[in-house]
Amino acid sequence: MPAHVAIQGVSRRFGDYTALHDVTLEIAPGELVAVLGPSGSGKTTLLRIVAGLEMPDRGQVLINGEDNVMRPPRERGVGFVFQHFALFRHMTVFENIAFGLRVRPRAERPSRADINKRVKELLDLVQLSWLEKRYPAELSGGQRQRVALARALAIEPRLLLLDEPFGALDAKVRKELGQWLRELHHGVAVTGVLVTHDQEEALELSDRIVLMSQGRVEQVGTPNEVYTRPRNPFVFEFLGETSHIPCRLLAGALATAGGAQTAQNGVAAAVADGESTLFVRPHDLGLRADPSGPATIRHITPSGPWARVEFLLEGRSLYAALPLDSIAGSGLTPGGTAMPLPRRGVLFADGRGTMDEPLHWAVS
Amino acid sequence: MRDRAASPHQGGWTIALIAVALLFMTLFLLLPLVTVFAQAFASGIPAYLAGIADPNALSAIRLTLLVAAVTLVVNVIFGLAASWCLARFAFPGRSLILTVLDLPFSVSPVVAGLMLVLLYGRQGWFGQWLETHDLRIIFALPGMIIATIFVTLPFVARELIPLMQEQGAEEEEAAILLGASGWQTFLRVTLPKLRWGLLYGVLLSNARAMGEFGAVSVVSGNILGLTDTMPLHIRAMYDDYNIVAAFAVASLLACLALLTLVAKTILERRFLGAQREARIA
Repeated sequence: MPAHVAIQGVSRRFGDYTALHDVTLEIAPGELVAVLGPSGSGKTTLLRIVAGLEMPDRGQVLINGEDNVMRPPRERGVGFVFQHFALFRHMTVFENIAFGLRVRPRAERPSRADINKRVKELLDLVQLSWLEKRYPAELSGGQRQRVALARALAIEPRLLLLDEPFGALDAKVRKELGQWLRELHHGVAVTGVLVTHDQEEALELSDRIVLMSQGRVEQVGTPNEVYTRPRNPFVFEFLGETSHIPCRLLAGALATAGGAQTAQNGVAAAVADGESTLFVRPHDLGLRADPSGPATIRHITPSGPWARVEFLLEGRSLYAALPLDSIAGSGLTPGGTAMPLPRRGVLFADGRGTMDEPLHWAVS
Repeated sequence: MRDRAASPHQGGWTIALIAVALLFMTLFLLLPLVTVFAQAFASGIPAYLAGIADPNALSAIRLTLLVAAVTLVVNVIFGLAASWCLARFAFPGRSLILTVLDLPFSVSPVVAGLMLVLLYGRQGWFGQWLETHDLRIIFALPGMIIATIFVTLPFVARELIPLMQEQGAEEEEAAILLGASGWQTFLRVTLPKLRWGLLYGVLLSNARAMGEFGAVSVVSGNILGLTDTMPLHIRAMYDDYNIVAAFAVASLLACLALLTLVAKTILERRFLGAQREARIA
């Protein structure tokens, strides 16, 4: 049965460095949760505490309602996939997967035939039956990753923890394995926690995302929630590229640089008048060639179906992603001036404390 | 052949350098080895066998093997424990211990032997206490074992520490999370991971243990047939002008050394292969 995990008020310091600060988090049975954050945000420490490889200074880790902090890791029934896989280098693929079954106390150990059967099933599941006699050194990165996963699943864990599972793989293998893992998770009844610094991976694979920064949880929500309704600038910036458009608020109206865009969106109710910054995704930002526009175009770089247009606006270097087809005939040229036209953005009451509900602004 | 032709140092110089190298090898390595065997068999095989079958010689062989065996066990246990502590944990004094660990390499074996005499000898620090408890260390087997352990102590640990540092502890963590106990983890994961390094260290320390002369000679007291190891016996026979007996035992010791060398070469190949594998993994 998949585990219900409740992390309550967990803190951990290493000397002067606070790795985790009062982290509270609940994970429902069968969920696949991605813990997302930059390196040093404490996400791996959190995973290691749940596994029992690390002790929290304060707080509790409840698995199915039972406090696990003092329980030795070997009794937790947790599957762990290490970033660098940590396969047993002196054992074959088969022996690696069988390890968790072979080390069980005699009374609980399956018979030799049952172990064989179980390992074969797992080899089929990860599609590596033909490699069972190979050693880890003879496998590719993606194959090692799948062996590590099969090895962790062999003990039928209630909880599967994955530490940067695709971090050591190249981009193409990463994509394929990610999708494969997502499907696998649907087929196996297990609660999953995945640690990653790659926002795309988190957005694509998980049911929910936990964003962490400097040992604190910044926001928890479904991929759609955190992407469309980020709670603070950190979340917005970490989930994708950001252009910061200077803007002014005056009597409930928002004006971006150059005074072009105004909108009545109930702005005044929440944010006081004055200078502010509109957070915009580059693909939500248009540019119109305008001889008296406030933006100066610096470079236009094609990238796939998009053109990356870099421009200077009030001393800030920003960029917009425009469809490549729209560049020709738009009049946009390096050195020319233009009017930035944000279509959608988020306004945070920066410097005035984080709002529970930031303003989502869109051109109506 | 084309490679050699392309080399900038060809002709006379190459041949001269090779000749010099070969001459030195022959003079200083090969010839002495041949001499040992030539001298040993100089008076025929019966004399050779008599030299070895001499009760004192047999006792020296037994003693050498015994000292080497005890040293080996101690070195394996100490080497594993020390390298585990030093490679896996950071604690105050760690670098000091690492330095002290090299002491036996830098201290002359004779000095090591004298230190033991100063500690455990009749006039030594513990001499009084040992005498009242009727324990003999100096001029007896325990002293010889301690001296041999002292000079061979760093070999295993020095081999294992860098290996353990390179391998890290993730495999052990994985084993424990898969349900293995500490002992299972050690036997099934840690030990196999280290096996080539461990064997290599043991072999080096064993070669040294069997051949050790200086430290052992100071603490043994050279009691014929009692505290004589092979190197000491060879020296004693040689001093007695019993050349054939001396070289018969010497040839045996040389054979043991050659065997060790062969084993070391084989291991080195496998060990390096395993390391290369580990680096890919």
